Amino acid sequence: MSKDIDKRDGVQEEEHYSLNDDRRVKVLSPGRLVAKRFFRNRLAVVGLTMLVIMFLFSFVGGWIVPYSEDQFFYTMESQKKEYAGVTENTEYRYLITPDQELPTLVRANLGLVLGKDDVFQYKGANYHIETVGEELYQITNDEGTLLALAFKDIINPTQSGASLSYEFSYNALMTYAQGGGSFQADGKNYDMTEHGVITENGQDVADVGRVIVQSRISGRSIPQAFKDRVAQAIENHETEFTLTVDGQEREYTMTYDPAKLLYSVMEDTPTQVYDKYAPPSRIHLLGTEGNGMDVLTRLMYGGRVSLIIGFIVIIIETSIGVVMGGISGYFGSWVDNLIMRIVDIFYCIPSMPLMIILGSAMDAMRVDPQIRMLYLMLLLGFLGWPGIARLVRGQILSLREQEFMTATEATGLSVKRRIFCHLIPNVIPQLIVNMTMGLGSIILTEATLSYLGLGVKFPFASWGNIINEVNNSYVLTEYLWVWIPAGVCLLVTVLGFNFVGDGLRDAFDPKMKR
Amino acid sequence: MRKFIIKRLLLSVVILFFVTFIIYVLMRCLPTSYVEAQAIRLAQQPGSKPVEEWMAQLKAQYGLDQGIIPGFFQQLGHLLRLDFGDSWKFTIPVLEKFRQVIWISFAMGAISLVLELIIAIPLGIIAATKQYSGTDYTISAVALAGISFPTFFFATLLKLVLSVKLGWFELNGLHSTAAIVGNLGAWDTFLDGVWHMIMPITTLVVLSIGSLMRYTRTNMLEVMNADYIRTARAKGLDERKVVYHHAFRNTLIPLVTIIGGSLPGLFSGALITETIFAIPGIGKVSYDAMVAGDIPFSFFYLTFMAVLTLAGNLIADILYAVVDPRVRIS
Repeated sequence: MSKDIDKRDGVQEEEHYSLNDDRRVKVLSPGRLVAKRFFRNRLAVVGLTMLVIMFLFSFVGGWIVPYSEDQFFYTMESQKKEYAGVTENTEYRYLITPDQELPTLVRANLGLVLGKDDVFQYKGANYHIETVGEELYQITNDEGTLLALAFKDIINPTQSGASLSYEFSYNALMTYAQGGGSFQADGKNYDMTEHGVITENGQDVADVGRVIVQSRISGRSIPQAFKDRVAQAIENHETEFTLTVDGQEREYTMTYDPAKLLYSVMEDTPTQVYDKYAPPSRIHLLGTEGNGMDVLTRLMYGGRVSLIIGFIVIIIETSIGVVMGGISGYFGSWVDNLIMRIVDIFYCIPSMPLMIILGSAMDAMRVDPQIRMLYLMLLLGFLGWPGIARLVRGQILSLREQEFMTATEATGLSVKRRIFCHLIPNVIPQLIVNMTMGLGSIILTEATLSYLGLGVKFPFASWGNIINEVNNSYVLTEYLWVWIPAGVCLLVTVLGFNFVGDGLRDAFDPKMKR
Repeated sequence: MRKFIIKRLLLSVVILFFVTFIIYVLMRCLPTSYVEAQAIRLAQQPGSKPVEEWMAQLKAQYGLDQGIIPGFFQQLGHLLRLDFGDSWKFTIPVLEKFRQVIWISFAMGAISLVLELIIAIPLGIIAATKQYSGTDYTISAVALAGISFPTFFFATLLKLVLSVKLGWFELNGLHSTAAIVGNLGAWDTFLDGVWHMIMPITTLVVLSIGSLMRYTRTNMLEVMNADYIRTARAKGLDERKVVYHHAFRNTLIPLVTIIGGSLPGLFSGALITETIFAIPGIGKVSYDAMVAGDIPFSFFYLTFMAVLTLAGNLIADILYAVVDPRVRIS
C-alpha cells in the first residue's frame, strides 16, 4: 500500500475495515518481497557489499589513481661496470735498431743478465750492456753499434692503433729515463712531463709508463689523472679509491687476477633501471611488480578486465542458452530431442583443456593480446551455454503444463510472444541466480587461464596474470605484495557473487518462510 | 531397465562420435604452420626423429592429407583399435605414458573423494538440522568460500605457509631427491610419496568440499520438510533417530546418484593442482603435452575426458533409476 492512501484514510479508520478488505493487509509487490527477503539474509548483504566495493575499486579506482595501466616506473641504481683493465709490465721489451737484429735466444738470455753483468757471450759474439736509466739498457756489439734498447716502460699512443716510429720511441724512452723534458723526433718537437705524458703543441700524443691502462668502454678514453691514480693504487695495494672525474666523484673498485696479471677496475655508475619489486611505500601503496609497474593500479585495471570479461561471457552464454532452451522446451518432440543432443555433445567437450590447447597455439602464433581477449570471451561463451539451456528447458517443460499457458493459447497469442513474454519471464529468477553464480565461476576460469599464461596477456592486466609471477619461487616467498592482493581481490569478488547468488536463490523461492 | 540402459549406452556412443568429430575438426583447424613449427621444434630435441618422420607419422595417424570427413573416419578407425599414436612430447606411445601416470591421479582423486565424503556429508546434515543458526551460517560461508577460492591461489598460499614458512613439506614434486636417487627402501619411498601428496590432497579436498556440503544441506532440508518426517516426530521418535534414520536415508538417494556420477572423474586428474604441485599425474602430463603442442596426446586427453563425462552422466542416470524406487522408467 502506498503512503498516500495511508494518509487519506488515517489511523483511526483502520478498525472499520471489513475482514476481507484488501487494505487490512500490507501488500508488497513480488519484487519488493524478494528484496525484503534478500536483505534479511546477512550473508547476501555481506556479499553485496563486497561486490559494490570491488566494482568501485575496479571502475572508479582506475580513474582516480594517477598512474595508467601500463606505466613503468624507474629507479636509479648504482651498477658496477668494468671501466678499465690495468696491466703492469714486468717483462723486458726490446726496441731493435733498424737493420740490426737480436735473435730470440739472445733476448731470452739477456733477460737473465740485464742489470747484473756488463757483457755476455752468445755463439761467439759479445753483447755489451750499458745501463741508461731505471731498467733501461742499451745493448751494443763489439764494434759499439747500438743493437737494441731493453726497457720495461711501455709507450702507448693516445690514439690507439697509431704506429710509432723508431726515432720517436728511442727518444721518448731516453727522455723518460732522464725524468722528462723536450725532445725531437721525425722533425717534430715533443714535450714530456715527468709522468711520461708526451705532448706535441699541447696535444697528447702518447705516454710512457710501466702501467698499461686500457679502456673497456668503447669510445671512452681514459684521463691521465685516472692512470696516475691507478698506478698509485697498485703501488699502495689499495683495492678501492675515489676520484673526481669531470666534476663528478666516482667510486672505483680494483680486483686483481693473478693468472692474467691483470687488474680490472670497476666503476660505480648510476644507471636507470625498472623499479622492480619495490616494497609498498607512499608512492606505490602496494609496491611494484616484476615489470616495474604499480601493483595497485594493475589491480584496478585487472579488476575491470576480469569483470568485463565475466559480464560479456555470461551474456553470450545466457542468450544462447535461453534461445536454445526456450525453443527446445516449448516445442518438445524432435526439436527438443535434437537440441538436447547438441547440448549433450557440448557438455562433453572439456573446456579447460581446449582453452589450454588453443591458448598455447595462439601463443605460438603471437596473436595480438587484444584479439586474444576477444577469442577468449567468445570461446568461453560458446562452451558455457549448455548448462543454461538445460535449466531453461526444464523450467519451461514444467511451466508449459500450467493453466496460465493454456490461457495464453486460448487468447490466441503468437508463439513468439508466448515464449518470450510469458514463459521466459517465469524462468528469469532461476536465470538470475544462475548468472550471478556463473559470473563467479567465469571469473575463476579466466583467472586460471591467465595464471597459466594462456588467457589475458601483457600489457593488459588481469587478476590472474598478476598472480602468474608466483611461478618465480623468489616472488612466492619474498614479494608477497605482488600476488597476495590479487588473490584476495579474486576471492572477494567470486565470494561476493556466490553470496549474492545464494541469497537471491533463497529470496526468489516463495516456499522460503523467512 | 535393461532396455533403458542399452538405449542410454547407444546414445552415449552417438554423442561420443560427434564429440570426437568436433575435437578432430578443432585439431585440424590448428594452423598448419603451427603444427609444422611444433614438429620442427620436436625434431631438434636430442635423440628425436627427423622432422619428416614426425610429419609423415602425423599425416598417417590423422589423415591430414585427406579432406576433413575421410580423414576423420580414418582417425576413427585408429581410435576404435585404441591406437592413439606416439606422443610428441614424451616420444613414447600415448597409451604407455597414460598407463604410467594414471594411477597417481587415481590414488589422489580417490583419497580426496573419501575425505570429502567424510567431511562434507556430516557438516551438510548439521547445517540442515540447525537451519539459520550460527552454525548453519558458518558452514554455508565456509562452503561458499571453498567454492570461490581460485585453486592456484589456495595452493600457493598453502605452499607459502606450510612449505616456506613452516618447512613441513617440500614445495613440489612427488618424491624427494633421496627417493629419486634410490637411497630409500620401497616402504620409505611410499611414505615419501604420501608425504608429498598431503598438500595437493588438502587443496583438492578443501576446494571441493563446498559443493557437496551444500548439496547435502539442500536435499536434507527438502527431506526434513516432508510429511513422513512430521509423522516420525509425531510418533514421538527421538530427534536423532528422526534425522539419521529417517531423513538421512532419504537424502542418500540424490547423494548416491551424484557420487556415483563423479566416480569416472577420479581418472580425469586434477589439471591445475597437479601442475602447481608438479605431481606427475595425468593432469600435469597432459598440461605439459598440451602446452607443448603435442597433438596426439592432446587428442587422446580430450577424447578421454569426454568419455569420462559421458560415463559419469550414464552412471548417475542409471543409479538414479536404480536407487529411487519411486522413479519408474517409461
